[in-house]
Amino acid sequence: MSVEYDTSSRFAEYAHPERLVSTEWLAEHLGTPGLVVVESDEDVLLYETGHIEGAVKIDWHTELNDPVTRDYIDGAGFAALLGGKGISRDDTVVIYGDKNNWWAAYALWVFRLFGHEDVRLLDGGRAKWEAEGRAYTTEVPVREPVDYPIVERDDSGIRAFRDDVLEHLGKPLIDVRSPEEYSGERTSAPAYPEEGALRAGHIPTAKSVPWARAVAEDGGFKPLDELEAIYRGEAGLVDGDEIVAYCRIGERSSHTWFVLHYLLGFDNVRNYDGSWTEWGSAVRVPIARGSEPGTVPAK
Amino acid sequence: MTLPDQLAEIREDFLGLEVRDRLQLLLEFANELPELPERYRDHPDLLERVEECQSPVFIFVEVDDASRVHMYATAPKEAPTTRGFASILAQGLSGLDAQELLAIPDDFPNTLGLTEAVSPLRIRGMTGMLARAKRQVRARLAS
Repeated sequence: MSVEYDTSSRFAEYAHPERLVSTEWLAEHLGTPGLVVVESDEDVLLYETGHIEGAVKIDWHTELNDPVTRDYIDGAGFAALLGGKGISRDDTVVIYGDKNNWWAAYALWVFRLFGHEDVRLLDGGRAKWEAEGRAYTTEVPVREPVDYPIVERDDSGIRAFRDDVLEHLGKPLIDVRSPEEYSGERTSAPAYPEEGALRAGHIPTAKSVPWARAVAEDGGFKPLDELEAIYRGEAGLVDGDEIVAYCRIGERSSHTWFVLHYLLGFDNVRNYDGSWTEWGSAVRVPIARGSEPGTVPAK
Repeated sequence: MTLPDQLAEIREDFLGLEVRDRLQLLLEFANELPELPERYRDHPDLLERVEECQSPVFIFVEVDDASRVHMYATAPKEAPTTRGFASILAQGLSGLDAQELLAIPDDFPNTLGLTEAVSPLRIRGMTGMLARAKRQVRARLAS
């Protein structure tokens, strides 16, 4: 059973307001049966320093990724992870985290790969919760393990692989990294090797829209009109577009995926989680340098 | 080669724990990271940013007249893992002879048993910190 939606007027303008809850809503609903709060952070120790009462921790590095293959865990692994944390398939899961929810959005995206239906973001994440002076605890909740069904991951709808992106060239791509990473200017200090990719630049034709542009000053998402001005206005996206978003490893682009899909209502948005660490090291894939998107290379 | 005693002790402390308890020890280190000494608080220009870390962390290494090393670091409280790494190095490196420090294996961070607990990717931040500390020591010795 889903816990009631946050019907606050602030979210009503978005395409899928049911994917967000406010800090006020969460504070009022803590402890509601069927609601599980999940914290997912960049910093693996942040939860231990204090978290929202009753929240369980899910770390994307050590828990959502396969430890050997560069991929996410499989259906059995996801079932064991969620079941072990006492999360049922029909629970309402609210995820929040640091860095304006970028890792939380990543976790939410992975939950959706497994078809977990009711998963929502806490608008503003840790930053907003803290700014409002709301409480944290260091007490780790004890939740009884439950049986979570084994559901195989479905990568077809919202995940793009390298070959998909090659096929996609000519359709909208959004690069959500920093302008320096996009242009390929980013250099490292002498004697420090550049880590993560062998080439710098961006995928030809990708528009640069750094992920944090979707974030308002209070850490929450910007209002719809501001988002439209950025993504439809500046980046030129139009209804019916098929869109692929990418960053360095797919985490920041999950945040943009959330914005494009759930807030702006684009139905066909995929996150390329291989992102620059794969593209920038792959042999013979096209790369554009500089601040202009560049052109579709001849096939 | 043998690790300096104070680093070897830190490593034994980590390896003696279950993987999940190692995070707690790292948190203790994070909480123990001392404030910057007064003379650096007003001189952010002296501090070097560790680019390998996703969070803003800055380090400064001194070599005194007796060739002893002192390492200082600052990182925000929102980045306890980074603070923990910095604190391990600040405690583990301070007081060493400069040559002893330079002889520490570059992969020391990978030997603490933390790769499973925090992931190899995150450990890179600590490897970067150690490399930068060594570079600073070399620069001080050369000047």
